Amino acid sequence: MGGEVNAVLTARIRKERRNEAASSFVLEVSIEVSMGITILFGASGAGKSTLLDCVAGVTRPDGGRIAVGSDVLFDSSLGIHVPAPKRRIAYVFQTLALFPHLTAEENVAYGLNHLGEEQRRERVEAILKAFHVEKLRKQKPGEISGGEKQRIALARSLVTEPRVLLLDEPLTGLDAERKAAIVDDLRAWNTANGIPILYVTHSREEVDALGERVIALENGGVVSAGSPMDVLNAPRRKKLAQAAGFENLFGAIVLDHREADGVMRVKLQDSACEIEVPLGYAAAGSRVNIAVRAGDILLATEPPRGLSARNVMEGRIRSLEQRGTMMMASVDCGVTFVVHVTPGAVRALELTTGRRVWLVLKTHSCHLVD
Amino acid sequence: MEALWLSMKLASCVAAILLLIGMPVAYWLAYSRWRGKFLLESLVALPLVLPPTVLGFYALVAMGPRGPLGKLWIALFGHGLAFTFTGLILASVLYSFPFAVQPLIVSFEGVDRKLLDASAVLGAGSWRTFWRVILPLSLPGVITAAVLSFAHTLGEFGVVLMVGGDLAGVTRTVSIDIYDHVQSLQYAEANGMALVLLAISFCVLSIVYAVNRRVWTPWAAK
Repeated sequence: MGGEVNAVLTARIRKERRNEAASSFVLEVSIEVSMGITILFGASGAGKSTLLDCVAGVTRPDGGRIAVGSDVLFDSSLGIHVPAPKRRIAYVFQTLALFPHLTAEENVAYGLNHLGEEQRRERVEAILKAFHVEKLRKQKPGEISGGEKQRIALARSLVTEPRVLLLDEPLTGLDAERKAAIVDDLRAWNTANGIPILYVTHSREEVDALGERVIALENGGVVSAGSPMDVLNAPRRKKLAQAAGFENLFGAIVLDHREADGVMRVKLQDSACEIEVPLGYAAAGSRVNIAVRAGDILLATEPPRGLSARNVMEGRIRSLEQRGTMMMASVDCGVTFVVHVTPGAVRALELTTGRRVWLVLKTHSCHLVD
Repeated sequence: MEALWLSMKLASCVAAILLLIGMPVAYWLAYSRWRGKFLLESLVALPLVLPPTVLGFYALVAMGPRGPLGKLWIALFGHGLAFTFTGLILASVLYSFPFAVQPLIVSFEGVDRKLLDASAVLGAGSWRTFWRVILPLSLPGVITAAVLSFAHTLGEFGVVLMVGGDLAGVTRTVSIDIYDHVQSLQYAEANGMALVLLAISFCVLSIVYAVNRRVWTPWAAK
Protein backbone atom coordinates (compact mmCIF):
# COMPACT_ATOMS: atom_id res chain seq x y z
CA MET A 1 0.00 0.00 0.00
CA GLY A 2 1.85 3.06 -1.26
CA GLY A 3 1.33 6.70 -0.46
CA GLU A 4 2.61 8.77 2.39
CA VAL A 5 0.97 9.00 5.78
CA ASN A 6 -1.30 11.98 6.43
CA ALA A 7 -1.35 12.99 2.80
CA VAL A 8 -3.38 16.03 1.84
CA LEU A 9 -6.29 15.71 -0.57
CA THR A 10 -6.19 18.26 -3.36
CA ALA A 11 -8.97 18.51 -5.87
CA ARG A 12 -9.57 20.80 -8.79
CA ILE A 13 -12.81 19.72 -10.37
CA ARG A 14 -15.02 20.83 -13.21
CA LYS A 15 -18.22 18.91 -13.71
CA GLU A 16 -21.25 19.85 -15.71
CA ARG A 17 -24.58 18.31 -14.80
CA ARG A 18 -27.55 18.48 -17.10
CA ASN A 19 -30.89 17.50 -15.73
CA GLU A 20 -34.33 17.21 -17.26
CA ALA A 21 -35.27 20.76 -16.31
CA ALA A 22 -32.83 22.06 -18.94
CA SER A 23 -31.08 23.97 -16.18
CA SER A 24 -27.47 22.94 -16.47
CA PHE A 25 -25.35 23.09 -13.38
CA VAL A 26 -21.61 23.55 -13.32
CA LEU A 27 -19.45 22.56 -10.41
CA GLU A 28 -16.11 24.34 -10.57
CA VAL A 29 -14.02 24.16 -7.43
CA SER A 30 -10.51 23.91 -6.17
CA ILE A 31 -10.09 22.64 -2.63
CA GLU A 32 -7.42 21.35 -0.32
CA VAL A 33 -8.25 19.09 2.62
CA SER A 34 -5.59 18.32 5.19
CA MET A 35 -5.70 16.06 8.23
CA GLY A 36 -8.71 16.48 10.50
CA ILE A 37 -12.30 17.41 9.80
CA THR A 38 -13.06 19.91 7.06
CA ILE A 39 -16.68 20.87 6.67
CA LEU A 40 -18.18 21.33 3.24
CA PHE A 41 -21.07 23.66 3.90
CA GLY A 42 -23.81 24.91 1.63
CA ALA A 43 -27.50 24.79 0.80
CA SER A 44 -28.84 21.74 -1.04
CA GLY A 45 -28.07 21.93 -4.73
CA ALA A 46 -24.80 23.76 -4.12
CA GLY A 47 -22.86 20.82 -5.56
CA LYS A 48 -21.62 19.17 -2.36
CA SER A 49 -22.55 15.60 -3.24
CA THR A 50 -21.31 15.95 -6.82
CA LEU A 51 -17.96 17.04 -5.43
CA LEU A 52 -17.75 14.00 -3.15
CA ASP A 53 -18.82 11.67 -6.00
CA CYS A 54 -15.97 13.01 -8.13
CA VAL A 55 -13.39 12.58 -5.37
CA ALA A 56 -14.59 9.03 -4.61
CA GLY A 57 -14.45 8.14 -8.30
CA VAL A 58 -18.10 7.13 -8.76
CA THR A 59 -18.56 10.15 -11.05
CA ARG A 60 -16.02 11.21 -13.63
CA PRO A 61 -15.29 14.95 -13.71
CA ASP A 62 -15.16 16.77 -17.05
CA GLY A 63 -11.84 18.28 -16.16
CA GLY A 64 -9.34 18.95 -13.40
CA ARG A 65 -7.02 17.01 -11.17
CA ILE A 66 -7.54 15.02 -7.97
CA ALA A 67 -4.67 13.76 -5.86
CA VAL A 68 -3.92 12.41 -2.41
CA GLY A 69 -0.43 13.58 -1.60
CA SER A 70 1.61 12.82 -4.72
CA ASP A 71 -0.69 10.01 -5.84
CA VAL A 72 -2.77 11.27 -8.76
CA LEU A 73 -6.28 9.79 -8.90
CA PHE A 74 -7.64 11.87 -11.74
CA ASP A 75 -6.00 14.17 -14.25
CA SER A 76 -7.91 15.15 -17.35
CA SER A 77 -4.84 16.47 -19.17
CA LEU A 78 -2.90 13.23 -18.57
CA GLY A 79 -5.94 11.04 -19.15
CA ILE A 80 -5.69 9.48 -15.68
CA HIS A 81 -8.86 8.17 -14.04
CA VAL A 82 -8.23 5.68 -11.26
CA PRO A 83 -11.45 3.62 -10.82
CA ALA A 84 -13.27 3.90 -7.49
CA PRO A 85 -12.29 0.42 -6.18
CA LYS A 86 -8.61 1.32 -6.46
CA ARG A 87 -8.71 4.75 -4.79
CA ARG A 88 -8.73 3.77 -1.11
CA ILE A 89 -11.09 6.64 -0.38
CA ALA A 90 -13.91 5.83 2.02
CA TYR A 91 -17.33 7.31 1.39
CA VAL A 92 -20.33 7.26 3.71
CA PHE A 93 -23.40 8.09 1.66
CA GLN A 94 -26.31 10.15 2.87
CA THR A 95 -28.52 7.07 2.52
CA LEU A 96 -25.72 5.03 4.17
CA ALA A 97 -26.13 2.35 1.45
CA LEU A 98 -25.74 -0.58 3.81
CA PHE A 99 -26.24 -3.89 1.99
CA PRO A 100 -29.72 -5.01 3.12
CA HIS A 101 -29.08 -8.72 2.61
CA LEU A 102 -25.90 -8.83 4.69
CA THR A 103 -25.53 -8.72 8.48
CA ALA A 104 -23.76 -5.81 10.16
CA GLU A 105 -20.66 -7.93 10.44
CA GLU A 106 -20.76 -8.95 6.79
CA ASN A 107 -21.32 -5.35 5.77
CA VAL A 108 -18.27 -4.25 7.72
CA ALA A 109 -16.15 -7.12 6.34
CA TYR A 110 -17.17 -6.33 2.76
CA GLY A 111 -14.19 -4.12 2.02
CA LEU A 112 -11.65 -6.53 3.55
CA ASN A 113 -11.78 -9.16 0.84
CA HIS A 114 -8.02 -8.98 0.32
CA LEU A 115 -7.29 -10.13 3.88
CA GLY A 116 -7.16 -13.64 5.30
CA GLU A 117 -10.06 -14.99 7.36
CA GLU A 118 -8.28 -14.52 10.71
CA GLN A 119 -7.11 -10.97 10.07
CA ARG A 120 -10.47 -9.98 8.68
CA ARG A 121 -12.25 -11.18 11.81
CA GLU A 122 -9.88 -9.26 14.07
CA ARG A 123 -10.27 -6.02 12.16
CA VAL A 124 -14.07 -6.29 12.04
CA GLU A 125 -14.19 -7.05 15.74
CA ALA A 126 -11.98 -4.08 16.62
CA ILE A 127 -13.90 -1.54 14.57
CA LEU A 128 -17.31 -2.77 15.79
CA LYS A 129 -16.03 -2.22 19.33
CA ALA A 130 -14.60 1.21 18.53
CA PHE A 131 -18.02 2.30 17.30
CA HIS A 132 -19.92 0.48 20.06
CA VAL A 133 -22.00 -1.76 17.80
CA GLU A 134 -20.42 -5.16 18.55
CA LYS A 135 -23.76 -6.45 19.87
CA LEU A 136 -25.44 -5.95 16.50
CA ARG A 137 -23.03 -8.04 14.47
CA LYS A 138 -25.55 -10.69 13.46
CA GLN A 139 -28.37 -8.29 12.62
CA LYS A 140 -29.36 -7.05 9.21
CA PRO A 141 -29.74 -3.32 8.49
CA GLY A 142 -33.53 -3.65 8.40
CA GLU A 143 -33.51 -4.67 12.07
CA ILE A 144 -31.21 -1.89 13.27
CA SER A 145 -32.14 1.63 14.44
CA GLY A 146 -31.09 4.82 12.66
CA GLY A 147 -28.18 5.92 14.82
CA GLU A 148 -26.72 2.45 14.98
CA LYS A 149 -26.96 2.09 11.21
CA GLN A 150 -24.93 5.26 10.92
CA ARG A 151 -22.29 3.79 13.23
CA ILE A 152 -22.12 0.60 11.15
CA ALA A 153 -21.79 2.58 7.92
CA LEU A 154 -18.90 4.53 9.46
CA ALA A 155 -17.28 1.34 10.71
CA ARG A 156 -17.64 -0.30 7.29
CA SER A 157 -15.85 2.63 5.65
CA LEU A 158 -13.10 3.08 8.21
CA VAL A 159 -12.18 -0.58 8.64
CA THR A 160 -10.58 -0.48 5.18
CA GLU A 161 -7.97 2.02 6.49
CA PRO A 162 -8.72 4.61 3.84
CA ARG A 163 -6.48 7.54 2.96
CA VAL A 164 -9.38 9.97 2.91
CA LEU A 165 -12.87 9.84 4.39
CA LEU A 166 -15.86 11.46 2.70
CA LEU A 167 -19.04 11.89 4.72
CA ASP A 168 -22.24 13.06 3.04
CA GLU A 169 -24.54 14.31 5.80
CA PRO A 170 -24.02 11.08 7.69
CA LEU A 171 -25.77 12.22 10.86
CA THR A 172 -29.00 13.68 9.54
CA GLY A 173 -32.04 12.70 11.52
CA LEU A 174 -30.20 12.15 14.79
CA ASP A 175 -30.71 14.19 17.94
CA ALA A 176 -27.86 16.35 19.20
CA GLU A 177 -26.81 13.91 21.90
CA ARG A 178 -26.46 10.93 19.58
CA LYS A 179 -24.71 13.08 17.01
CA ALA A 180 -22.19 14.20 19.60
CA ALA A 181 -21.56 10.61 20.71
CA ILE A 182 -20.85 9.45 17.14
CA VAL A 183 -18.68 12.48 16.45
CA ASP A 184 -16.64 11.69 19.58
CA ASP A 185 -16.02 8.16 18.32
CA LEU A 186 -15.05 9.49 14.91
CA ARG A 187 -12.63 11.97 16.44
CA ALA A 188 -11.14 9.27 18.64
CA TRP A 189 -10.63 7.10 15.60
CA ASN A 190 -8.99 9.92 13.70
CA THR A 191 -6.55 10.86 16.44
CA ALA A 192 -5.04 7.44 15.84
CA ASN A 193 -5.30 7.53 12.06
CA GLY A 194 -4.95 11.19 11.15
CA ILE A 195 -6.53 11.26 7.70
CA PRO A 196 -8.29 14.12 5.91
CA ILE A 197 -12.05 13.98 6.47
CA LEU A 198 -14.40 15.93 4.25
CA TYR A 199 -17.74 16.29 5.99
CA VAL A 200 -20.73 17.57 4.06
CA THR A 201 -23.54 19.26 5.94
CA HIS A 202 -26.05 22.04 5.61
CA SER A 203 -26.61 22.15 9.34
CA ARG A 204 -25.18 25.14 11.17
CA GLU A 205 -25.15 23.14 14.44
CA GLU A 206 -22.90 20.48 12.99
CA VAL A 207 -20.47 23.12 11.79
CA ASP A 208 -20.21 24.51 15.31
CA ALA A 209 -19.80 21.05 16.81
CA LEU A 210 -17.24 19.72 14.36
CA GLY A 211 -15.63 22.37 12.38
CA GLU A 212 -11.95 22.88 12.32
CA ARG A 213 -12.13 24.32 8.84
CA VAL A 214 -15.08 25.20 6.66
CA ILE A 215 -15.38 25.39 2.90
CA ALA A 216 -18.59 27.12 1.83
CA LEU A 217 -20.07 26.09 -1.49
CA GLU A 218 -22.70 27.98 -3.43
CA ASN A 219 -24.00 27.31 -6.95
CA GLY A 220 -21.14 25.00 -7.72
CA GLY A 221 -18.34 27.29 -6.56
CA VAL A 222 -16.34 27.87 -3.38
CA VAL A 223 -17.44 31.21 -1.96
CA SER A 224 -15.52 31.17 1.27
CA ALA A 225 -13.04 29.02 3.19
CA GLY A 226 -11.45 29.31 6.60
CA SER A 227 -12.37 28.82 10.23
CA PRO A 228 -16.08 28.48 11.07
CA MET A 229 -15.92 31.92 12.68
CA ASP A 230 -14.57 33.56 9.54
CA VAL A 231 -16.85 31.78 7.12
CA LEU A 232 -20.16 31.66 8.93
CA ASN A 233 -20.14 34.53 11.40
CA ALA A 234 -19.18 37.08 8.81
CA PRO A 235 -20.70 35.62 5.64
CA ARG A 236 -19.94 37.58 2.53
CA ARG A 237 -22.73 36.06 0.45
CA LYS A 238 -26.46 36.50 0.89
CA LYS A 239 -27.35 32.84 0.27
CA LEU A 240 -24.68 31.71 2.67
CA ALA A 241 -25.96 34.15 5.28
CA GLN A 242 -29.40 32.61 5.00
CA ALA A 243 -27.98 29.12 5.26
CA ALA A 244 -25.84 30.12 8.22
CA GLY A 245 -28.87 31.26 10.16
CA PHE A 246 -28.94 35.03 9.75
CA GLU A 247 -32.62 35.66 10.25
CA ASN A 248 -32.45 39.33 9.28
CA LEU A 249 -31.37 40.20 5.77
CA PHE A 250 -31.99 43.68 4.39
CA GLY A 251 -31.15 45.57 1.27
CA ALA A 252 -29.70 49.00 2.12
CA ILE A 253 -28.24 52.11 0.52
CA VAL A 254 -24.92 53.53 1.69
CA LEU A 255 -25.35 57.13 2.92
CA ASP A 256 -21.84 58.15 3.94
CA HIS A 257 -18.49 56.81 5.15
CA ARG A 258 -16.83 57.68 8.44
CA GLU A 259 -13.43 56.25 7.75
CA ALA A 260 -11.85 57.54 10.96
CA ASP A 261 -14.43 55.52 12.96
CA GLY A 262 -14.25 52.50 10.63
CA VAL A 263 -17.99 52.67 9.98
CA MET A 264 -20.50 53.82 7.41
CA ARG A 265 -24.14 54.79 7.67
CA VAL A 266 -26.75 52.98 5.62
CA LYS A 267 -30.47 53.42 5.12
CA LEU A 268 -32.46 50.18 5.22
CA GLN A 269 -34.70 49.34 2.27
CA ASP A 270 -37.92 51.35 1.86
CA SER A 271 -37.78 52.85 5.34
CA ALA A 272 -36.43 55.73 7.29
CA CYS A 273 -34.30 53.38 9.38
CA GLU A 274 -30.67 54.45 9.42
CA ILE A 275 -28.01 52.31 11.03
CA GLU A 276 -24.26 52.26 11.42
CA VAL A 277 -22.39 49.27 10.01
CA PRO A 278 -18.72 48.32 9.60
CA LEU A 279 -16.95 50.03 6.73
CA GLY A 280 -17.16 48.07 3.47
CA TYR A 281 -16.04 48.46 -0.11
CA ALA A 282 -19.16 50.25 -1.23
CA ALA A 283 -19.42 53.82 -2.50
CA ALA A 284 -21.98 56.23 -1.11
CA GLY A 285 -25.29 55.73 -2.90
CA SER A 286 -24.60 52.09 -3.79
CA ARG A 287 -26.72 49.15 -2.68
CA VAL A 288 -25.49 46.65 -0.09
CA ASN A 289 -27.01 43.76 1.87
CA ILE A 290 -26.95 43.70 5.64
CA ALA A 291 -27.27 40.49 7.67
CA VAL A 292 -28.04 40.44 11.39
CA ARG A 293 -28.62 37.44 13.65
CA ALA A 294 -31.87 37.47 15.62
CA GLY A 295 -29.85 36.52 18.69
CA ASP A 296 -27.55 39.56 18.37
CA ILE A 297 -30.34 42.11 18.86
CA LEU A 298 -31.26 43.50 22.29
CA LEU A 299 -34.82 44.46 23.08
CA ALA A 300 -35.77 47.18 25.59
CA THR A 301 -39.14 48.48 26.78
CA GLU A 302 -37.81 51.96 27.54
CA PRO A 303 -35.55 54.20 25.46
CA PRO A 304 -32.07 52.97 26.44
CA ARG A 305 -29.41 55.47 27.48
CA GLY A 306 -25.69 55.41 28.11
CA LEU A 307 -25.03 52.50 25.77
CA SER A 308 -21.96 51.82 23.66
CA ALA A 309 -24.13 50.29 20.94
CA ARG A 310 -24.59 52.77 18.11
CA ASN A 311 -27.88 51.64 16.69
CA VAL A 312 -31.12 52.14 18.62
CA MET A 313 -34.43 51.87 16.76
CA GLU A 314 -37.94 52.38 17.99
CA GLY A 315 -40.67 49.98 16.89
CA ARG A 316 -43.70 47.90 17.80
CA ILE A 317 -44.02 44.18 18.39
CA ARG A 318 -46.10 42.68 15.61
CA SER A 319 -46.04 39.07 16.74
CA LEU A 320 -44.56 36.73 19.33
CA GLU A 321 -44.00 33.09 18.46
CA GLN A 322 -42.64 30.15 20.39
CA ARG A 323 -39.69 28.52 18.58
CA GLY A 324 -38.41 25.60 20.60
CA THR A 325 -37.21 27.06 23.87
CA MET A 326 -36.95 30.57 22.40
CA MET A 327 -39.52 33.23 21.66
CA MET A 328 -39.29 34.91 18.31
CA ALA A 329 -40.50 38.49 18.21
CA SER A 330 -41.21 40.33 14.98
CA VAL A 331 -40.62 44.02 15.53
CA ASP A 332 -41.72 46.67 13.05
CA CYS A 333 -39.28 49.58 12.92
CA GLY A 334 -40.19 50.58 9.39
CA VAL A 335 -38.61 47.29 8.38
CA THR A 336 -39.39 44.14 10.29
CA PHE A 337 -36.65 42.70 12.49
CA VAL A 338 -36.75 39.20 13.91
CA VAL A 339 -35.46 39.16 17.49
CA HIS A 340 -34.84 36.20 19.80
CA VAL A 341 -35.87 36.63 23.43
CA THR A 342 -36.21 34.09 26.22
CA PRO A 343 -39.68 33.22 27.58
CA GLY A 344 -38.46 34.61 30.92
CA ALA A 345 -37.72 37.98 29.34
CA VAL A 346 -41.15 37.99 27.71
CA ARG A 347 -42.75 37.56 31.15
CA ALA A 348 -40.46 39.99 33.01
CA LEU A 349 -40.85 42.74 30.41
CA GLU A 350 -44.53 41.92 29.85
CA LEU A 351 -44.00 41.80 26.13
CA THR A 352 -47.20 41.61 24.14
CA THR A 353 -48.22 42.20 20.57
CA GLY A 354 -48.52 45.93 19.87
CA ARG A 355 -46.12 46.93 22.66
CA ARG A 356 -43.70 49.80 21.97
CA VAL A 357 -40.06 48.63 22.17
CA TRP A 358 -36.54 49.75 21.32
CA LEU A 359 -34.04 47.54 19.48
CA VAL A 360 -30.34 47.84 20.18
CA LEU A 361 -27.78 46.71 17.65
CA LYS A 362 -24.01 46.77 17.89
CA THR A 363 -22.27 48.03 14.77
CA HIS A 364 -20.25 44.85 14.44
CA SER A 365 -23.31 42.62 14.69
CA CYS A 366 -24.30 44.05 11.32
CA HIS A 367 -22.60 42.08 8.55
CA LEU A 368 -22.21 43.19 4.99
CA VAL A 369 -22.95 40.47 2.47
CA ASP A 370 -22.77 40.40 -1.34
CA MET B 1 -46.43 -39.88 -20.24
CA GLU B 2 -43.50 -40.00 -22.56
CA ALA B 3 -44.61 -36.68 -23.99
CA LEU B 4 -44.85 -35.11 -20.53
CA TRP B 5 -41.40 -36.35 -19.58
CA LEU B 6 -40.01 -34.95 -22.83
CA SER B 7 -41.64 -31.58 -22.23
CA MET B 8 -40.21 -31.44 -18.70
CA LYS B 9 -36.74 -32.27 -19.97
CA LEU B 10 -36.98 -29.66 -22.69
CA ALA B 11 -38.30 -26.96 -20.34
CA SER B 12 -35.58 -27.63 -17.74
CA CYS B 13 -32.80 -27.49 -20.29
CA VAL B 14 -34.18 -24.29 -21.80
CA ALA B 15 -34.61 -22.61 -18.39
CA ALA B 16 -31.04 -23.48 -17.40
CA ILE B 17 -29.56 -22.26 -20.68
CA LEU B 18 -31.64 -19.08 -20.57
CA LEU B 19 -30.39 -18.20 -17.09
CA LEU B 20 -26.82 -18.57 -18.27
CA ILE B 21 -27.27 -16.47 -21.40
CA GLY B 22 -29.93 -14.19 -19.96
CA MET B 23 -27.89 -12.84 -17.06
CA PRO B 24 -25.08 -11.21 -19.05
CA VAL B 25 -27.57 -9.89 -21.60
CA ALA B 26 -29.84 -8.49 -18.87
CA TYR B 27 -26.85 -7.03 -17.01
CA TRP B 28 -25.75 -5.23 -20.14
CA LEU B 29 -29.27 -4.00 -20.93
CA ALA B 30 -29.78 -2.81 -17.35
CA TYR B 31 -26.51 -0.92 -16.95
CA SER B 32 -25.23 0.06 -20.39
CA ARG B 33 -25.46 3.72 -21.32
CA TRP B 34 -25.13 3.08 -25.04
CA ARG B 35 -27.64 5.13 -26.99
CA GLY B 36 -28.47 2.34 -29.42
CA LYS B 37 -29.50 0.06 -26.59
CA PHE B 38 -33.15 0.16 -27.64
CA LEU B 39 -32.30 -1.83 -30.77
CA LEU B 40 -31.13 -4.80 -28.73
CA GLU B 41 -34.09 -4.35 -26.37
CA SER B 42 -36.49 -4.67 -29.30
CA LEU B 43 -34.63 -7.70 -30.60
CA VAL B 44 -34.90 -9.40 -27.21
CA ALA B 45 -38.62 -8.62 -26.98
CA LEU B 46 -39.37 -9.73 -30.55
CA PRO B 47 -40.54 -13.29 -29.67
CA LEU B 48 -43.26 -11.69 -27.53
CA VAL B 49 -45.07 -10.32 -30.56
CA LEU B 50 -43.96 -12.65 -33.33
CA PRO B 51 -46.34 -15.53 -34.17
CA PRO B 52 -44.62 -18.75 -33.03
CA THR B 53 -45.02 -20.14 -36.53
CA VAL B 54 -42.98 -17.26 -37.96
CA LEU B 55 -40.22 -17.78 -35.45
CA GLY B 56 -40.44 -21.55 -35.99
CA PHE B 57 -40.34 -21.09 -39.76
CA TYR B 58 -37.12 -19.07 -39.69
CA ALA B 59 -35.61 -21.41 -37.14
CA LEU B 60 -36.46 -24.35 -39.41
CA VAL B 61 -34.95 -22.63 -42.45
CA ALA B 62 -31.77 -21.84 -40.52
CA MET B 63 -31.49 -25.36 -39.15
CA GLY B 64 -32.34 -27.12 -42.42
CA PRO B 65 -29.60 -28.89 -44.34
CA ARG B 66 -29.19 -25.81 -46.54
CA GLY B 67 -29.48 -23.27 -43.72
CA PRO B 68 -26.34 -21.78 -42.12
CA LEU B 69 -26.91 -23.40 -38.74
CA GLY B 70 -27.84 -26.73 -40.28
CA LYS B 71 -24.71 -26.77 -42.48
CA LEU B 72 -22.51 -25.95 -39.52
CA TRP B 73 -24.14 -28.68 -37.45
CA ILE B 74 -23.70 -31.29 -40.16
CA ALA B 75 -20.03 -30.30 -40.52
CA LEU B 76 -19.49 -30.60 -36.78
CA PHE B 77 -21.61 -33.60 -35.80
CA GLY B 78 -22.46 -35.33 -39.05
CA HIS B 79 -26.24 -34.94 -38.72
CA GLY B 80 -28.78 -32.15 -39.16
CA LEU B 81 -30.52 -30.05 -36.51
CA ALA B 82 -34.11 -29.96 -37.71
CA PHE B 83 -36.46 -32.48 -36.10
CA THR B 84 -34.01 -33.27 -33.28
CA PHE B 85 -34.22 -32.59 -29.56
CA THR B 86 -31.19 -30.24 -29.73
CA GLY B 87 -32.87 -28.28 -32.51
CA LEU B 88 -35.95 -28.03 -30.34
CA ILE B 89 -33.88 -26.64 -27.45
CA LEU B 90 -32.29 -24.02 -29.70
CA ALA B 91 -35.62 -22.83 -31.08
CA SER B 92 -37.20 -22.83 -27.62
CA VAL B 93 -34.36 -20.76 -26.20
CA LEU B 94 -35.05 -18.14 -28.83
CA TYR B 95 -38.78 -18.30 -28.24
CA SER B 96 -38.61 -17.96 -24.42
CA PHE B 97 -35.74 -15.46 -24.39
CA PRO B 98 -37.80 -12.40 -23.33
CA PHE B 99 -39.44 -14.37 -20.52
CA ALA B 100 -36.05 -14.87 -18.93
CA VAL B 101 -34.43 -11.55 -19.78
CA GLN B 102 -37.24 -9.15 -18.86
CA PRO B 103 -37.58 -10.16 -15.18
CA LEU B 104 -33.79 -10.12 -14.87
CA ILE B 105 -33.55 -6.60 -16.30
CA VAL B 106 -36.31 -5.36 -14.02
CA SER B 107 -34.70 -6.79 -10.90
CA PHE B 108 -31.17 -5.67 -11.83
CA GLU B 109 -32.47 -2.16 -12.45
CA GLY B 110 -34.30 -2.28 -9.13
CA VAL B 111 -31.07 -2.57 -7.15
CA ASP B 112 -30.27 0.80 -5.57
CA ARG B 113 -27.40 2.41 -7.51
CA LYS B 114 -25.94 3.73 -4.28
CA LEU B 115 -25.32 0.13 -3.20
CA LEU B 116 -23.30 -0.39 -6.36
CA ASP B 117 -21.34 2.80 -5.66
CA ALA B 118 -20.80 1.69 -2.07
CA SER B 119 -19.50 -1.65 -3.28
CA ALA B 120 -17.09 0.04 -5.71
CA VAL B 121 -15.82 2.46 -3.08
CA LEU B 122 -15.20 -0.50 -0.77
CA GLY B 123 -12.85 -1.93 -3.37
CA ALA B 124 -15.06 -4.40 -5.23
CA GLY B 125 -14.84 -4.63 -9.02
CA SER B 126 -17.90 -5.21 -11.25
CA TRP B 127 -17.61 -9.00 -11.04
CA ARG B 128 -17.62 -9.08 -7.22
CA THR B 129 -20.32 -6.43 -7.07
CA PHE B 130 -22.47 -8.62 -9.31
CA TRP B 131 -22.07 -11.79 -7.23
CA ARG B 132 -22.17 -10.20 -3.78
CA VAL B 133 -24.74 -7.41 -4.26
CA ILE B 134 -26.69 -7.46 -7.52
CA LEU B 135 -27.41 -11.18 -7.75
CA PRO B 136 -28.51 -11.79 -4.14
CA LEU B 137 -30.74 -8.71 -4.24
CA SER B 138 -32.19 -9.86 -7.58
CA LEU B 139 -32.97 -13.38 -6.41
CA PRO B 140 -36.74 -13.02 -6.87
CA GLY B 141 -36.09 -11.88 -10.44
CA VAL B 142 -33.80 -14.84 -11.09
CA ILE B 143 -36.40 -17.29 -9.79
CA THR B 144 -39.10 -15.56 -11.81
CA ALA B 145 -36.95 -15.76 -14.94
CA ALA B 146 -36.28 -19.48 -14.44
CA VAL B 147 -39.88 -20.35 -13.66
CA LEU B 148 -41.38 -18.29 -16.48
CA SER B 149 -39.05 -19.65 -19.13
CA PHE B 150 -39.74 -23.16 -17.86
CA ALA B 151 -43.50 -22.65 -17.98
CA HIS B 152 -43.47 -20.89 -21.30
CA THR B 153 -41.40 -23.64 -22.91
CA LEU B 154 -43.68 -26.27 -21.44
CA GLY B 155 -46.69 -24.80 -23.20
CA GLU B 156 -45.21 -23.96 -26.60
CA PHE B 157 -46.78 -25.45 -29.69
CA GLY B 158 -46.17 -23.54 -32.91
CA VAL B 159 -42.40 -23.45 -32.71
CA VAL B 160 -42.19 -27.13 -31.75
CA LEU B 161 -44.44 -28.14 -34.60
CA MET B 162 -42.35 -26.21 -37.13
CA VAL B 163 -38.90 -27.20 -35.92
CA GLY B 164 -39.48 -30.53 -34.25
CA GLY B 165 -42.42 -32.03 -36.01
CA ASP B 166 -44.10 -34.91 -34.24
CA LEU B 167 -41.61 -37.67 -33.51
CA ALA B 168 -42.60 -39.75 -30.49
CA GLY B 169 -39.94 -39.64 -27.78
CA VAL B 170 -37.82 -37.09 -29.67
CA THR B 171 -39.94 -34.04 -30.34
CA ARG B 172 -43.50 -34.93 -29.42
CA THR B 173 -44.11 -32.63 -26.45
CA VAL B 174 -47.24 -32.42 -24.32
CA SER B 175 -48.97 -29.78 -26.35
CA ILE B 176 -48.37 -31.69 -29.60
CA ASP B 177 -49.60 -34.84 -27.91
CA ILE B 178 -52.80 -33.09 -26.82
CA TYR B 179 -53.30 -31.85 -30.35
CA ASP B 180 -52.84 -35.39 -31.70
CA HIS B 181 -55.40 -36.77 -29.27
CA VAL B 182 -57.94 -34.14 -30.24
CA GLN B 183 -57.33 -34.80 -33.93
CA SER B 184 -58.11 -38.45 -33.39
CA LEU B 185 -61.12 -37.60 -31.19
CA GLN B 186 -59.57 -39.12 -28.03
CA TYR B 187 -61.03 -36.43 -25.78
CA ALA B 188 -60.46 -38.28 -22.52
CA GLU B 189 -56.71 -38.62 -23.15
CA ALA B 190 -56.51 -35.01 -24.32
CA ASN B 191 -58.30 -33.90 -21.18
CA GLY B 192 -55.93 -35.85 -18.93
CA MET B 193 -52.89 -34.18 -20.44
CA ALA B 194 -54.51 -30.75 -20.55
CA LEU B 195 -55.35 -30.98 -16.84
CA VAL B 196 -51.78 -31.85 -15.97
CA LEU B 197 -50.53 -28.85 -17.94
CA LEU B 198 -53.12 -26.59 -16.32
CA ALA B 199 -52.09 -27.73 -12.84
CA ILE B 200 -48.39 -27.27 -13.55
CA SER B 201 -48.95 -23.79 -14.97
CA PHE B 202 -50.94 -22.74 -11.94
CA CYS B 203 -48.33 -24.08 -9.50
CA VAL B 204 -45.53 -22.39 -11.37
CA LEU B 205 -47.23 -19.00 -11.40
CA SER B 206 -48.03 -19.35 -7.70
CA ILE B 207 -44.32 -19.85 -7.05
CA VAL B 208 -43.50 -16.68 -9.00
CA TYR B 209 -45.97 -14.54 -7.08
CA ALA B 210 -45.12 -16.03 -3.69
CA VAL B 211 -41.40 -15.55 -4.16
CA ASN B 212 -41.75 -11.96 -5.26
CA ARG B 213 -43.90 -11.11 -2.30
CA ARG B 214 -42.05 -12.90 0.48
CA VAL B 215 -38.54 -11.94 -0.46
CA TRP B 216 -39.08 -8.34 -1.36
CA THR B 217 -41.11 -7.09 1.56
CA PRO B 218 -38.65 -7.48 4.44
CA TRP B 219 -35.87 -5.86 2.44
CA ALA B 220 -37.95 -3.00 1.21
CA ALA B 221 -38.70 -1.99 4.80
CA LYS B 222 -35.87 0.26 5.85
